[in-house]
Amino acid sequence: MSQPYRINGGLIDREKVLSFTFNKQPFEGYQGDTLASALLANGQRLVGRSFKYHRPRGIFTAGSEEPNALVELRDGAYREANTRATTVELFDGLAAHSQNHRGPLSFDLMAVNDFLHPFLGAGFYYKTFMWPASFWEKVYEPIIRRSAGLGRLSGEADPDTYEKGFRHCDLLIIGGGPAGLAAARFAGRSGARVILVDEERLLGGRLNAETYAVDGEAGAAWAADCADELHALDNVEILTRATVAGVFDHGVYSVVERNTDHLPDAGGRARQTLWRVYAKSAILCAGAAERPIAFGNNDRPGVMLAGAVRAFANRWAVAPGRRVAVFTNNDDGWRCAEDLSAHGVEITAVIDSRDIAPLARIPGALMAMGERVVDTRGRKGVHTITLSNGGVIPADCLAVSGGWSPNVHLTCHHRGRPQWREDIAAFVPGQDLPPGMRVAGAAKGVMRLGDVLADGYCTAMETIETLGFTPPPGEAPRADNESAAVSAFWHVAESRARCWVDLQNDVTVKDITLAEREGFRSVEHLKRYTTLGMATDQGKTGNVLGLAVLAESQGKSIAETGVTIFRPPYTPVPIGAFAGKSRGKEFRPTRVTPSHQWAEEQGAVFVEVGMWLRAQYFPRAGETHWRQSVDREVRSVRGSVGVCDVTTLGKIDIQGRDAAAFLNRVYCNAFAKLPVGKARYGVMLREDGVVMDDGTTARLSKTHFVMTTTTANAVSVFRHMEFCRQCLWPSMDVHLISATEQWAQFAVAGPNARKLLQKVVDPAFDISNDSFPYMACGEMTICGGTPARLFRISFSGELAYEIAVPGRFGESLVRILMEAGAEFNVTPYGTEAVGVMRTEKGHAAGPELNGQTTARDLGLGRMVSKKKDSIGSLLSEREALNREDGFILMGFRPINRENKLSAGAHFIAKTAPATLEHDEGWLSSVAYSPELGHSIGLGFIARGAERIGETVLAVDLVRNQEIEVEIVPPVFVDPEGERLRV
Amino acid sequence: MKEGLTGNKGWEPVWRDPQPKPAYDIVIIGGGGHGLATAYYLAKEHGLANIAVLEKGWIGGGNVGRNTTIIRSNYMLPDNEPFYELSLKLWEGLEQDLNYNAMVSQRGIVNLYHNDAQRDAFARRGNTMRLAGADAELLDERGVRKLCPFLDFGNARFPIKGGLWQPRGGTVRHDAVAWGYARGADQRGVDIIQNCEVTGLTIEKGVCQGVETTRGAIRAKKVAVSVAGASGRVMALAGMRLPIETHVLQAFVSEGLKPIIPGVVTFGAGHFYISQSDKGGLVFGGDIDGYNSYAQRGGLAAVEDVCESGMAIMPMIGRARVLRMWGGAMDMSMDGSPFIDKTDIDGLYFNGGWCYGGFKATPASGFCFAHLIATDRPHEIATAFRLDRFRRGAMIDEKGQGAQPNLH
Amino acid sequence: MLINHPLLGPRDVSEFVYLGDASLIDRPDWQAGDAGEQFHDYLYLRDNPAGAHRELWFHEQGDRSWLVVTRHTVTHEILKVELARDVALARGRDK
Repeated sequence: MSQPYRINGGLIDREKVLSFTFNKQPFEGYQGDTLASALLANGQRLVGRSFKYHRPRGIFTAGSEEPNALVELRDGAYREANTRATTVELFDGLAAHSQNHRGPLSFDLMAVNDFLHPFLGAGFYYKTFMWPASFWEKVYEPIIRRSAGLGRLSGEADPDTYEKGFRHCDLLIIGGGPAGLAAARFAGRSGARVILVDEERLLGGRLNAETYAVDGEAGAAWAADCADELHALDNVEILTRATVAGVFDHGVYSVVERNTDHLPDAGGRARQTLWRVYAKSAILCAGAAERPIAFGNNDRPGVMLAGAVRAFANRWAVAPGRRVAVFTNNDDGWRCAEDLSAHGVEITAVIDSRDIAPLARIPGALMAMGERVVDTRGRKGVHTITLSNGGVIPADCLAVSGGWSPNVHLTCHHRGRPQWREDIAAFVPGQDLPPGMRVAGAAKGVMRLGDVLADGYCTAMETIETLGFTPPPGEAPRADNESAAVSAFWHVAESRARCWVDLQNDVTVKDITLAEREGFRSVEHLKRYTTLGMATDQGKTGNVLGLAVLAESQGKSIAETGVTIFRPPYTPVPIGAFAGKSRGKEFRPTRVTPSHQWAEEQGAVFVEVGMWLRAQYFPRAGETHWRQSVDREVRSVRGSVGVCDVTTLGKIDIQGRDAAAFLNRVYCNAFAKLPVGKARYGVMLREDGVVMDDGTTARLSKTHFVMTTTTANAVSVFRHMEFCRQCLWPSMDVHLISATEQWAQFAVAGPNARKLLQKVVDPAFDISNDSFPYMACGEMTICGGTPARLFRISFSGELAYEIAVPGRFGESLVRILMEAGAEFNVTPYGTEAVGVMRTEKGHAAGPELNGQTTARDLGLGRMVSKKKDSIGSLLSEREALNREDGFILMGFRPINRENKLSAGAHFIAKTAPATLEHDEGWLSSVAYSPELGHSIGLGFIARGAERIGETVLAVDLVRNQEIEVEIVPPVFVDPEGERLRV
Repeated sequence: MKEGLTGNKGWEPVWRDPQPKPAYDIVIIGGGGHGLATAYYLAKEHGLANIAVLEKGWIGGGNVGRNTTIIRSNYMLPDNEPFYELSLKLWEGLEQDLNYNAMVSQRGIVNLYHNDAQRDAFARRGNTMRLAGADAELLDERGVRKLCPFLDFGNARFPIKGGLWQPRGGTVRHDAVAWGYARGADQRGVDIIQNCEVTGLTIEKGVCQGVETTRGAIRAKKVAVSVAGASGRVMALAGMRLPIETHVLQAFVSEGLKPIIPGVVTFGAGHFYISQSDKGGLVFGGDIDGYNSYAQRGGLAAVEDVCESGMAIMPMIGRARVLRMWGGAMDMSMDGSPFIDKTDIDGLYFNGGWCYGGFKATPASGFCFAHLIATDRPHEIATAFRLDRFRRGAMIDEKGQGAQPNLH
Repeated sequence: MLINHPLLGPRDVSEFVYLGDASLIDRPDWQAGDAGEQFHDYLYLRDNPAGAHRELWFHEQGDRSWLVVTRHTVTHEILKVELARDVALARGRDK
């Protein structure tokens, strides 16, 4: 029989029957159902197991505060653990599974934990499992880890996509219940830009779950009318199925919109959107959440919150039981009995902890006034309840109301503290709200519908007047004020069975009193020791109850005990939603060089260099190992000529009357007198005297320089120079612009470099050795009029140039260079060959310029001019940076030339043990030198300059290698630099 | 186990709740992990007991109670590595020492590398570790695949080439560390005084003689400050400016999940670290937000950045939900390394500047600080953590970022 | 956070890069007698207040202005935003 618990009415579409499965068993529900309402309609009360004791649990609430009914939704890579059945909109074909049990749900083998509960109380881990020492990791912990956790991740990449967006508004209204709708309608009519956000599909909040009237019509109908009006206003945006997850500084709110979670599949759309909402003001209309009363076995399936019970009946047309009992400490609980009775559901008893006259006549129901429920019985769900007077009442559903707690969470995201209000027995927002936020309705502690509507309206009026809009005419919506009296009653002291406070984390009243006895008296200690409120429901239903028990056991008031801090997000948010599209190859932008496409055509292998992709080497047919390609590229450069794209080096254009003086201050070596038409190697220090970067700077005119930086530091050097310009020397006439991508630049290196370039450079420009010597630079034209800059600088140690053209000509230039160089067998070379050649020449690069080395360490100490003020020169003089036994950059070669050096090895004297006390430095870069025919290295070693010829061990313990190396000068090839000048 | 059989009625407070006495030999300001550990080791190693730990709020309420619980000793510089290795050794014996289960769980830590230069820097670091007697292995891609098959090896923007693996790294149940040290110190006679905020330092003729608190003045022969995150505020009471800025670091925990991440994994091409707690939550974090803040809450941009980095290396976590995020105040020092030192004021000792790596250091920090306070000499393994090191140019800059705290 | 750029209006903080205390503008005179001590204090010591803090931000994803932002380090409220160049000039920094 289908849906035996379905009753009449409700906001569901009975024409649209939906099929779904729970633990592979087929069921049916209707459009408009949640998974929870559909399960209840089918009489499925048992839906999960608790975290620690694996006790059977059922559906407890009807909303996002649900602690119990967590399921794994969907299959395969789409599996979503810990999904609240109460928030899942039913769709055709939905597949859900219960979680956290071994064996079938109805016979969970892990339920043995429940019998061990005397040993597994609060903080049980801390006091046990220490002995013997090795047992924790080997025996106890694996067991605990296996049984811990709730649902399972699939272990596969999330197949869905996510996106991010930005929205702006005058007023953000959080929550589309009665207060939010009243506020949104008023603000919308004023013309203010309004964004209304609600976590549900349907606006209306509790109006859809209750039987109240607003302005003379049914509450749900009024909400629908209101929504229609808002949808028609251009200045109002409505985000449903969206949650305001966090409140950040300066009116920034994170809103997660669920686009496709209610659909069988996303159909190519992003599953969720993370909106960053910039709001000038906000009104929090998040309503309130009902809380339970703790009594014996109050966790049995069928025990539910009263507001949820009547929500299922009124909105979803489901009777959560055939025989319902109500246990309340407030007037609101009575409405549950009245509503269900009106639906024809049998009410077996109304138990009110207050000794007052019954508030309503419920036909057939026992009225137990001033009584309490002490226990429940039933195998997989409640069957009978036992009262404090000894009476046993049949009930397959027990609706419990312990009062309502305003949803103050978002008011606390700036560490605001809620305040206790005795009259409504609840915490309300404190005075320290996030700037720009107001609170209205039940979230503020305004508990009766008529008042809530008026409060939403008035709060909106106050807000829009502050924003400078004119209040529109009209009146606040009207509704009767229902009775909402409550008398605090937290837990049933005479219960002998365990009384549950935090249903998901299995925290009982006794756990709290035990923690208190052990001295965990601060609420934060209580939370951490018992895990109260730390489960996926973030304690939305159980927290206040737990605090009340703590306060009682300390003989304090709840106000004195206080609350823990509510942290974002309001409800849990998928990590994927925060990441958006930034994953896989799109994690960060990819920058490609002007010759990238050409290099791809050549079959280049690419390597990530920061955001850039650079050609690492260019393998040729027949080459099977990267070393073959790299050795060939190096030999070709050193033997004839090669071309390498060096566009990624940072380029900074520096102009102004004081440009030379400016450079003289940012470089530690002299730049003031650099002649026009010359380039110079420069070392830039940080203010602490450590090397920041190096590169060459060329003077194109009296007032115009072009600087190159390393690829890695292009951005930070530019930032630093702007700091110097704007903050340190604001009167200097100097201007900077980054031109890294505006100029494509290629190194042309090798003995035939000039011959090649002479074929390309227009004849009007003489680049002979005499006219254009080493370190010359100049602007010229190439290929019949294309503007270019030529620099005679060399990183390879060969006769070499760097030629730059406007970025758009870069790809053409490489093709032209290759064509013109064919007669010289010109060879493209990549970053590996660059690395080999600079190591052969002893040039420092990334591994040496690691932010820890000074000019002195690099053997460049004499470059630091003491005759001028420059950044870092003064602090580079500190004693510890100038120790005689300090590290110096040296060259290293293996005694046995067959040995292959490895970077990262440490130097240890041959006779010393391999311990840290005998550590003398490290090998920073290594390469195989085709010219020398063996492995070479650069590294830092104590007193290196005095130790040339000495043999030490290069100890690489993590690669199981120990090699004898000889300390040599750091320049292996052409130490006199003759090749540069030919 | 006995208590389980007798209804758990016999448990007593884990630490006493004493009134502050008018005078102590030693007053420790700060009831966090480091302060409590200092008190414990002063009592245990140096036989001192006339000690008070003063805590403004509740003990363990600072960074020891809000971190990502990682322990490791994988440092590159010789000034750091032996200290953190001592700490790891102390962690390994902590639970038996304290008779309190802090769930020290050495499931290993792997730092991923994504290019050759990073590999070589990790080799340098791994070799420092090995030279110092710690454990370290350099893994290639295959080695990482074996450990963490769920990482994105196929489609990552920055391909995973391998990792530096320290099998003895792991996690500890952070709150229990504070409670365990508190209990141990309390049992040895130390007074742990909560809700006692220090409002002034009593300094007479250049000598620190005690403290002013919200619960009255307390005299002390020695005053030790261990309040990382609030170091600037407390030391300002002595008129001292520090080489420290206070920044916010956010951390994150997901809903509870069945075990899937074996140890600790860190990303090398963004900033991200993750582990899974014994309760099943994924515990993760990344960079500090990057601006001075005492607010103990962060911004959305850092949240997004951390989650982006997470998805970049392990896209299987996309459907795991962030349950809670929080921010803590960090003492970010000028070179990324801490201070355990005497100050220019006699009788005033300072411990701070732990950046966001102080949790793993808790035992050694307490151990070495106790040694310094008791003997007036730095412990041999913590001689570099001096306040005057910038004056001398003896920075301990693991990351090579210079005097810019937000980059460490 | 939002920074109200004096030239460009409110801008999201993610467009900016942070440096630190605005006292970094006050770079000491390298020829002063105690220049070493002054540079040490300048580069390494901080007031680090829990309250109003004048600090340097660089509009990297924007107009490349360095700004001096006065911001409360407990509430994050921004009290004032100035162009760092104006501040530097006003503090007598010249060439």
